[in-house]
Amino acid sequence: MKYKSVFDIIGPIMIGPSSSHTAGAARIGRVARSLFGRKPKWAHISLYGSFAQTYKGHGTDVAIVGGLLDFDTFDERIPFSMEIAKQEGIDVMFYEEDAVPNHPNTARIRIGDEKGELELVGISIGGGKIEITELNGFELRLSGHHPALLIVHNDRYGTIASVANVLAKYAINIGHMEVSRKEKGKEALMTIEVDQAIDQSIIDELTALPHIIQVTKIVD
Amino acid sequence: MFRNVAELVQLAESQQIKIAEVMIQQEMEVTGRSRDEIFAQMEKNLQVMEQAVEKGLAGVSSHSGLTGGDAVLLQAYIRQGRFLSGETILDAVSKAVATNEVNAAMGTICATPTAGSAGVVPGTLFAVKEKLHPTREQMIEFLFTAGAFGFVVANNASISGAAGGCQAEVGSAAGMAAAALVEMAGGTPSQAAEAMAIALKNMLGLVCDPVAGLVEVPCVKRNAMGAANAMVAADMALAGIKSRIPCDEVIEAMYRIGEAMPTALKETAQGGLAATPTGRALAAKIFGVSANSRG
Repeated sequence: MKYKSVFDIIGPIMIGPSSSHTAGAARIGRVARSLFGRKPKWAHISLYGSFAQTYKGHGTDVAIVGGLLDFDTFDERIPFSMEIAKQEGIDVMFYEEDAVPNHPNTARIRIGDEKGELELVGISIGGGKIEITELNGFELRLSGHHPALLIVHNDRYGTIASVANVLAKYAINIGHMEVSRKEKGKEALMTIEVDQAIDQSIIDELTALPHIIQVTKIVD
Repeated sequence: MFRNVAELVQLAESQQIKIAEVMIQQEMEVTGRSRDEIFAQMEKNLQVMEQAVEKGLAGVSSHSGLTGGDAVLLQAYIRQGRFLSGETILDAVSKAVATNEVNAAMGTICATPTAGSAGVVPGTLFAVKEKLHPTREQMIEFLFTAGAFGFVVANNASISGAAGGCQAEVGSAAGMAAAALVEMAGGTPSQAAEAMAIALKNMLGLVCDPVAGLVEVPCVKRNAMGAANAMVAADMALAGIKSRIPCDEVIEAMYRIGEAMPTALKETAQGGLAATPTGRALAAKIFGVSANSRG
């Protein structure tokens, strides 16, 4: 079941005009911002399929940039996000891609500053719901049917156990989990799908653990 | 958890509870949140819908200038009293239009089930409010009932125009509204399912062909007709009329039609009304001549 909650159907509260092309796009941008953990200096955004064909009409571009500015779907600053990004010194570039994506509403976002870069691929599956299918070259096999955590961490022993302990303490069950890394001892990524809703207080507790770099919740 | 309309109706009828109640109980079970929290969140959605209708009825205009002001025209026409169809149905139409005009103007709306189809459910709700005088609680329940039917469509077919065409958006919304109208008017869960089937059947095959890719033309007027369709389907079901094809099979048909629909007619602004001479001319005027070069 892709949709679990009645609020996936009645909701979200959002700035128009399109739940998939505006609200979903804002959410993809906001996940990128949240994973990056700070305001980027530049953003290169590639749009595919229906996103590429209709982004001007749907405000997909302003919505993604709004997300990168950490605006929620109902933030009334979204229509002005291009101007706001400019004022904040963020250099934004858009590319209309011809390649046919697996899902018609696909965006690839690369953001960065002098300290680092992040690249992710997000799809907007309807009604404002999104899935992240790729992060920094790691393919994510998230079903999108459950709340999920993306945890960027240092590749050290005990880190996975400490995360699992916190989840266990709050009676949160892990349904699916993957750990990937590019190089031994460097940065790694935990992808965890859980059965229960995750409060901000749990995110804060996970973030405070040793060797944890960034914790992001990607499905409400 | 109910997987289809048959199970939803069975859950409601076996326990002699409303469809809204089945949805609320499932939401509590799935999210672990309390009834009060869930109700409060839906009330917030209701408030946003109400504000959008009010804003649209006061008159708005989109950035492109393609839409806006039609809800105002229709309300003025209703007040003259010389309408051909009926006051409640035209009120529903004008309030659906009002919502989508606000959406097109990048105002705040509640996606129901999507932004492009956000007018149908609130349009019908705030029109029958004048006739049935529901309590605030009953109005919130209306949204849970609509949500329960939308939940089934989303999980078994699609609520995305890019994936299934307009039938998946305004079609789903019309079905959801029809079912919720029946329950608010005192109909049975089975009658609600019949209303959904009748409404959705009449939206099958509807393509998503927005001019210039904007959620304006024909989206605003499709919400108008979605609301009218929902009102008539609800009345038909309340009269005891049944759909020969069961609701779940209509949803299945909608999914298959969406799969067979060409990409040009699924929210790419390449076919249908978007590809008409006037559609292309409007796109060129709004974005400059290069905007539709791919089409």
